[in-house]
Amino acid sequence: MKNKRLTIYEECQQKGISRREFLKICTTVAALIGVESSGIAQVVNALETKPRLPIIWLHLQECTCCSESFIRAYHPTVGNLLFDSISLDYTDTLMAASGEQAEACKEDTMQKYWGEYLLLIEGSIPTKDEAYCCIAGQSAKQIVEKCAAGAKAIIAWGNCASAGCVQAANPNPTGAKPAHKLIQGKPLINVQGCPPIADVMIGVIVYILTYDRIPQLDALGRPKMFYNRRVHDTCYRRANFDAGLFVESFDDENAKRGYCLYKVGCKGPSTYNSCGIIRWNESTSYPIQSGHPCLGCSEEGFWDKGPFYKRLPDIHGFGIEATADQIGLAVGTATIGGIAIHAVATNVRKKKLIENNEEEGDIL
Amino acid sequence: MKTRKKRLVEIYVWELPVRFFHWLNALCILILCITGFIIADPPAIMTETEANFSYWFGIIRFIHFVAAFIFFFNFIFRLYWGFAGNRYARWNNFVPLKKAQWKEIWEVIKVDVLMIKNKPVDSIGHNALACIIYLGVFCAFLLQSITGFGLYAKMSESIFPKLFAWTIPLMGGGLVAREIHHSLMWFFILFALIHVYLVFYHDYIEQRGEASSIIGGWKFIEEEIAEREEVEEKAEIITQAARKDE
Ligand code: HEM
Ligand code: SF4
Ligand code: SF4
Repeated sequence: MKNKRLTIYEECQQKGISRREFLKICTTVAALIGVESSGIAQVVNALETKPRLPIIWLHLQECTCCSESFIRAYHPTVGNLLFDSISLDYTDTLMAASGEQAEACKEDTMQKYWGEYLLLIEGSIPTKDEAYCCIAGQSAKQIVEKCAAGAKAIIAWGNCASAGCVQAANPNPTGAKPAHKLIQGKPLINVQGCPPIADVMIGVIVYILTYDRIPQLDALGRPKMFYNRRVHDTCYRRANFDAGLFVESFDDENAKRGYCLYKVGCKGPSTYNSCGIIRWNESTSYPIQSGHPCLGCSEEGFWDKGPFYKRLPDIHGFGIEATADQIGLAVGTATIGGIAIHAVATNVRKKKLIENNEEEGDIL
Repeated sequence: MKTRKKRLVEIYVWELPVRFFHWLNALCILILCITGFIIADPPAIMTETEANFSYWFGIIRFIHFVAAFIFFFNFIFRLYWGFAGNRYARWNNFVPLKKAQWKEIWEVIKVDVLMIKNKPVDSIGHNALACIIYLGVFCAFLLQSITGFGLYAKMSESIFPKLFAWTIPLMGGGLVAREIHHSLMWFFILFALIHVYLVFYHDYIEQRGEASSIIGGWKFIEEEIAEREEVEEKAEIITQAARKDE
């Protein structure tokens, strides 16, 4: 009996969750991952028959904002479900156990569920000197490699694990690398964002639970169901963009009127995320709704595409920082100067050039 | 009365399709640069109005995209004409595979840039330095089209731009693509400045009708040079025929 793993439904029953409530959870879950009502049966079936999903959640070079986001999930029942039933077997920041006990927990889970557990990685991995991030005497790289070997699938939480985020920003002192650069041959999902939206995080886990496979990914490894659309295309200020009505500075009339934030640096036109649809903090709002431009936090290298409040990035390495326009204008002016000098020089030596051409001609 | 150079022949250098490409291309780039500038930094409108009263920014972008399509297919047409056109339009002018081309590049630099030589190069079509720069310009056209259509893919339901969508993640996302796209605009502006100046310059020092040749197609060439060219052309035709016979 000890070895038989309970299904999620059975765990729910043990916790005193009624059938009615269980079905409610299933419906919420179905809505979250966007299946039609006809697909709910599939979700119910999955949660009735599948055992809980063991999870190891690693915290490497990170700020814990992904965890912070996760525990603020809009659908508390689903959150509970995940915490209690799906079981976070190991997560250094949230678990009660600590020290050797915690590590033992991890070892235990890995042994017991080798090939079955889900590995969630929060944070990037230093490669310049592995000593930059060590936990319980092991470097981040060692831990990741070891845990990844026995994982069924890997989820890279947030920009850190997906693209290196702020640690990997120029000049990247620790040589921070995202998970997909170090792990090969395992299904890996980049759940992008700084942090990712809680409901997106939960949606991805629930999808894996329900279908026993990873969702369809885009070219950057992000689940298409949440990262297929631009913030710009789902933005309620978009009508102002098309009408050419822009906020010029944060304290102007146009800002009060709620015009488009394009000119104060909004990266929404090149950013793929669900902020405009799912929104944040129980779908209360999202940055643009609060009058702040999108930073492009679900895109690779967004820290280096700053300044955040300018449309185009500064180009480094020109001694001073400059935008493409400043450089273009300077080079353009220099070119015109060069042309003027060349024209004068040509006229100075005109006689030679043209006479040369006329060697065989007659001049009357 | 002043006259000079009596022994000139006229040579048909730029065929109609080349001239057509040239001017359509110039027009497209002009429109793309103007609309591009507006897209990059739209003017401030501070009067109180509502979004549903106007769509002008959408229209500017629409013009950019229409010009972009024309620009791209015109470019493809020019590539085709590199195989179908006359000897001055042919693709191998632009790819410096022969030693003679490199030698001429150096010659042109000596005459036009360093100004240490005074006898202009004899070539009838483009000179070799111009050709290698055009090769760079064609690459810029391609890159501008790839970044442009790649960005456009998300704004469109048609299949054609979607063919470019895969290139954006390779560049590291839309933010990078936009930056490349924007910076390349400056390349076109700089090119246009120098290009137009050099047309005047060559027209002035060589007196072969450089400027008008892109309107009418004809250039005035010294008989001697023209004859040499004709012999070369015939020799080429004969060697080609011989190769076919083998
Ligand atoms: C000579 C050629 C071109 C020039 C000079 C040019 C210039 C520009 C510039 C300066 C921008 C603003 C970029 C920014 O600041 O973010 C822009 C945007 C754009 N261009 Fe071009 N472009 C050219 C060709 C093309 C082509 C061939 C396409 C293909 C469809 C294209 C599609 C776009 C798109 C989709 C945008 C973004 C518009 C938006 O987000 O609303 N462009 N272009
Ligand atoms: S605020 Fe940003 S995302 Fe919204 S329409 Fe303007 S540019 Fe696009
Ligand atoms: S609006 Fe942009 S920067 Fe803000 S959370 Fe969403 S994707 Fe990230």
